[in-house]
Amino acid sequence: MEKKKKMDKFVVSVLVENKFGVLARVAGLFSARGFNIDSLAVGKTEDPEVSRMTIVVEADERILEQVEKQLNKLIDVIRVQDLTKGDYVARELILLKVRTSDAKVREKVVRVAETTGAEIVDVGKRSITVEDTGDEHKINALMELLRPYGILEIVRTGKVALPSE
Amino acid sequence: MSKITGAEILIKSLQQEGVKHIFGYPGGSVIPLTDKLYQQKDIRVHLTRHEQAAAHAADGYARATGTVGVCMTTSGPGATNLVTGIATAYMDSIPIVAITGQVKCNLIGNDAFQEADMVGITRPITKHNYLVKDIKDLARVVKEAFHIARTGRPGPVLIDLPVDVQLQEAEFKYPKTVNIKGYKPNYKGHPVQIEKIAKAIEKSEKPLLYVGGGVILSGASGELTRLARKSNIPVTTTMMGLGAFPEDDELSLGMLGMHGTAYANHATQEADLIIAVGARFDDRVTGRLDTFAPNATIVHIDIDPSSVSKNVPVDIPVIGDAKTVLKELIRVVKKRPYKDWHDTIRNWKKVLPLKYKSDDKLRPQYIIEQIRQLTRGEEVIIATEVGQNQMWAAQHFTYSDPRTWLSSGGLGTMGYGFPAAIGAQVGKPESLVIDIAGDGSIQMNIQELATAVLEKLPVKIIILNNGYLGMVRQWQELFYSKRYALTTLAEKDLTKCPDFVKLAESYGAKGIRVTAKKDVKKALKQAFKAKGPVIVDFIVEREENVFPMVPAGESISNMLHGLA
Ligand SMILES: Cc1ncc(C[n+]2csc(CCOP(=O)(O)OP(=O)(O)O)c2C)c(N)n1
Ligand SMILES: [Mg+2]
Repeated sequence: MEKKKKMDKFVVSVLVENKFGVLARVAGLFSARGFNIDSLAVGKTEDPEVSRMTIVVEADERILEQVEKQLNKLIDVIRVQDLTKGDYVARELILLKVRTSDAKVREKVVRVAETTGAEIVDVGKRSITVEDTGDEHKINALMELLRPYGILEIVRTGKVALPSE
Repeated sequence: MSKITGAEILIKSLQQEGVKHIFGYPGGSVIPLTDKLYQQKDIRVHLTRHEQAAAHAADGYARATGTVGVCMTTSGPGATNLVTGIATAYMDSIPIVAITGQVKCNLIGNDAFQEADMVGITRPITKHNYLVKDIKDLARVVKEAFHIARTGRPGPVLIDLPVDVQLQEAEFKYPKTVNIKGYKPNYKGHPVQIEKIAKAIEKSEKPLLYVGGGVILSGASGELTRLARKSNIPVTTTMMGLGAFPEDDELSLGMLGMHGTAYANHATQEADLIIAVGARFDDRVTGRLDTFAPNATIVHIDIDPSSVSKNVPVDIPVIGDAKTVLKELIRVVKKRPYKDWHDTIRNWKKVLPLKYKSDDKLRPQYIIEQIRQLTRGEEVIIATEVGQNQMWAAQHFTYSDPRTWLSSGGLGTMGYGFPAAIGAQVGKPESLVIDIAGDGSIQMNIQELATAVLEKLPVKIIILNNGYLGMVRQWQELFYSKRYALTTLAEKDLTKCPDFVKLAESYGAKGIRVTAKKDVKKALKQAFKAKGPVIVDFIVEREENVFPMVPAGESISNMLHGLA
């Protein structure tokens, strides 16, 4: 469970109609109003007509209020919830491609993966790709552990989050 | 049930919505639609001479009648020509539905001939928009579009309709109800909040009602007037709120803001309670924010939650429809004398009245006053262009009824007034519709003289011809050492380029020129009596300025009066 940490990052959960162009409406709103998106993840929900976006915004309280109100104003937006107001679970998935110039390094990288609970998802001649999911803290820790070996490429999904009961 | 084409479904849907008039312009992507419109009689289509004018006319129609205005164009350039008109309506929360043709579905995204991504282009300037690729969605989309345009905080909605969908066939069934999960505007104000306002009024010694266009949009002028009179609270309106409260009432302070009256601005700064109704604390009203209304508890009644606490922190927010909330409020307020407050205001009115130099010269303010004098008791609608002409029209006319003032507030669109006046005249054939214009603005949609003449719309155009883009010139005079960059429209003789009288005549309209103050009344009477459209070209004092003026970004306490 993640508690409010930094006051300047908010996790906003947005239920939207699963319609053509809805992502552009949301993204357009953020750029037009000068709001900063840290990450945005979107996917279908249990209802195929509804998608959930998890948006991490950098804002102060006043801007956040505007973000929520402006999102609510979009016709395709069904519900906006600032998860940071209560307890919530947030997870992120990361893929890291790490340089493995020789067998010794490769072994070390595998070891890191094993001890942190990350998974090896691809092994190439000169690199290994590691996958992990977790909260931001865990993901960042893994990145730091692997950085010394030389990270070639990274992709992160951005947070997905749900309020906890 | 038999099948009909997409074009017919659209027309039947418009009829279901009560549409009687469309302002439009044809082209390849709407031929099936215009062809079907041609074969029916319920909806009249008014051909403008530019698509921008079609959008403004729909907007003027909406403002004057309180119903949704409709415009229609072809795809690509026809559709992009609507953009300024849609943005104008969006900024002022005016309900219009814009219908644009689109290239065939299978060509969308191909850079096809006359393709423009209208849903993308108008996303930030519409309340909502649709691309209808499946004929089965069409009737529902029209139903939703009108519902969205006219409810909540109103605004423009665009429907982009590919030409092949206009030709496809389907059964027509118009939905009875609308169900949009994410759109349920809240009309009723929270009773606890209304109670709080009543308490705040009870504690206040210097209350002020600050009223915006929302009151007109919600049809709440009657309620507002009753509230003000019952509670004895003075009223100032924004430019968009002109007509929401009778300006000849004792309680009226006229307009506030950049070119507002000195007494309205002083009252705002002195008030201990500001009750904002359907107004949005625009920068042209507030001036420098951190100095705005420093002593006031702020109440904000608005249907749009995002307007509340956007610019100014609000102490008592009430989300709801102005009419519904004001009705509740009338019930709970009590009359109080506020003697000192009214004395103070009366004194400001005496010491700092709206004034201009009264001499033999032909000054624009005088013309506006004369228009008011000559039309008293008549149903008159004033449309304006943008610039000094607009501000003089706002300051000197004395509005008393809602929907009689049509002016582009939020976007400040030059070229708005004349086509808006045309739309208003279509909606209000019995009213005297006047466009107060500048010599610059009128040239932005002058081609609509043809529309006015051929459609027999007797709009009167009053040009306050100063040979300048006067409002910009005023800023240059006051803040840029009189360097009149790009603002001189005529060198010496203001009757030459263009000669507005000849221009009017060339379209078959009437043209009258006035160069002396003594001829003003006669010319106006002649114009108002004429059956058709008229241009009256008033050659006015060239460097007359609009005062009072709050320089942009300054406190509204710091007004320039600059006067005789
Ligand atoms: C479409 C558009 N372009 C530019 C402006 C900037 N602008 C505001 S007022 C003004 C001058 C208007 O001149 P005119 O119509 O002659 O009116 P006046 O101020 O002289 O009465 C200009 C250029 C605008 N508001 N709208
Ligand atoms: Mg001018």
